[in-house]
Amino acid sequence: MSTPILSAHNLVKHFNAGGFGAARKVVRAVDDVSFELAPGETLGVVGESGCGKSTTARLLVQLLRPDSGSVRYEGKVVGPELPLKAFRSKVQMVFQDSFASLNPRMTMIDAVAFGPTVHGMSQSDATRKAQDLLDRVGLDPSRFGGRYAHELSGGQRQRVNIARALAFDPQVIVLDEAVSALDKSVEAQVLNLLMDLRRERGLTYVFISHDLNVVRHISDRVMVMYLGEVAEIGPAESLYSAPRHPYTEALLAAMPSLDPDRRTMEAPLAGDPPNPIDPPPGCRFHTRCSRAFGPCSSQVPPSHTVGKSHVAACHLNSVKEQVA
Amino acid sequence: MTQETVHPVTPLVRVEDLSVRFAGTPPVHAVNNVSFELAPGEVLSILGESGSGKSVTLKTLLRLLPERKTTITGKVEVDGQDVLALEGRALADHRGGVASMIFQDPSLALDPVYTIGQQIAETVIRHEDISKSDAMARALEMLEVVRIPSAKRRLDNYPHEMSGGMRQRAMIALALACRPKLLLADEPTTALDATVQIQILLLLRDLQKELGMGVIFVTHDIGVAVEVSDRLAVMYAGSFVETGSVEDVIRDARHPYSKGLLAANLVGAVPGTRLDAVPGAPPPLNALPEGCSFAPRCAHAETACGISPLPIWTGGNGRWARCVHASRAGALAAAESTS
Repeated sequence: MSTPILSAHNLVKHFNAGGFGAARKVVRAVDDVSFELAPGETLGVVGESGCGKSTTARLLVQLLRPDSGSVRYEGKVVGPELPLKAFRSKVQMVFQDSFASLNPRMTMIDAVAFGPTVHGMSQSDATRKAQDLLDRVGLDPSRFGGRYAHELSGGQRQRVNIARALAFDPQVIVLDEAVSALDKSVEAQVLNLLMDLRRERGLTYVFISHDLNVVRHISDRVMVMYLGEVAEIGPAESLYSAPRHPYTEALLAAMPSLDPDRRTMEAPLAGDPPNPIDPPPGCRFHTRCSRAFGPCSSQVPPSHTVGKSHVAACHLNSVKEQVA
Repeated sequence: MTQETVHPVTPLVRVEDLSVRFAGTPPVHAVNNVSFELAPGEVLSILGESGSGKSVTLKTLLRLLPERKTTITGKVEVDGQDVLALEGRALADHRGGVASMIFQDPSLALDPVYTIGQQIAETVIRHEDISKSDAMARALEMLEVVRIPSAKRRLDNYPHEMSGGMRQRAMIALALACRPKLLLADEPTTALDATVQIQILLLLRDLQKELGMGVIFVTHDIGVAVEVSDRLAVMYAGSFVETGSVEDVIRDARHPYSKGLLAANLVGAVPGTRLDAVPGAPPPLNALPEGCSFAPRCAHAETACGISPLPIWTGGNGRWARCVHASRAGALAAAESTS
């Protein structure tokens, strides 16, 4: 892989969940997460609620400060080596809630033009740029430019959010469930827009979603998270066709079948995902894993390279290695 | 009695020409001329996007819509009862007794200040003349029916003490406590994680078979509909646009909107390629276009699409689609096969 455009190094983020002294509770939202993004690739991030995918996104764009670990942009550590303001113009984010992420008192033109003016662009240049961007995302600036957030539909608002992220001409966009709240037919339109923009501008995406179908469609590589850790990361195709972590297998098996003749007959996992407060020792998945054995409950599984840029943190892979 | 000859079994639900209007200027046409039937023990999924009228249709069957602001016309019969004529105690007997409903968010549907056991027992006592201890025994039995682990302990739990999936099971237990003939499910798995969603879907499928209930399942997710239902109805802007068996609709959708929905669900899509997305957005329900509501977004639209009533294409096995394009294509295919 060439120099990664963006990389996460041993990111850790714990949140306080009340209590004092020995009774103090800690949510281990993100625990030692590392990954790299090659320029122009799309990394899908999947996992259930509470697995730390949104916290990872926020750490990545520096909306949260990690307890330890670092984020590097083109090899430079963000903060000490690369000022935050310069970093922000390179890495942007789109959130799930399209309404909450827009200022209700700003027109759409102003919302898109606001960022560039803060970064020193003249008002008239910024407005012109905003008009071009609104046009690019499929909203006629003369019709929609003067409107406020409540005057747009969810799909239109999400287009504005994408235009706003593009206003800095960023290299990387982190999309945190950006299409999840949209209706299916509108979601498909926005996915098409994202794929077109990626091609035109050579953008790199981090695409977070709980919808495995959508992630497979848009991603080059996929990262599976479970209780704050990376369970498996690898090329979308090999990860979907030959998963090497039982949790990935379970997630794939839990997808509703679209074939009436091959309905799901058995739920792959019982119960709900455990609480990220006090996660289980050893492999965090061992409490729900049907194939757990000896070391799973006590030893943290190391990351096994199981294929070309395909890594899985599961003890089963070490058994396979010994056999081979 | 002529109906009897057409249908071998009396339908559990018969909805004829149902329209629902909400007061406003102009009024909102939430449901428009919807007709369908549900046989006992049959599972029908109503598939549609937000604002398509699927939840409103469901709520009409329990008369849950605000009376003063709603005008309902048409005919709604559940188990031979005219639901729209029910009043007072008869209506209360219908709700939870004959037909029962589960919702998307169990933390809103359950009462936070009563334990799960108390809530189920209260319902049972209201509908059946039994003692409190018997009702509690029934509550325990119901928690076991929905496969809640250590059910006896969970009986005394408040809703907030349970996880999301467990709460959803508790709500299903509550809905089924009086053995309704009809279960109405309004997106019951939408708020759940994928691994929990499939558990709840399989549970509903098992319970439906065990208890032989009719189920109307409302969802926006085709995958969910395929997992649970026998028949599928696709709804758009307050109207049914296509119905048929799940197999038929999934494999051979005739209405352009159904086709668009399937494409948007990435059925058979090659990763990385552009999706065959339907452009635009649904029309506002207080200003529906004349004729086909989907015409403004449809690639096959023509002048005939603006004229009501629209032609209906019918296939075998209760299949139909309300579409100019589909009915002409169907007629052409029929002419070819005879010639």
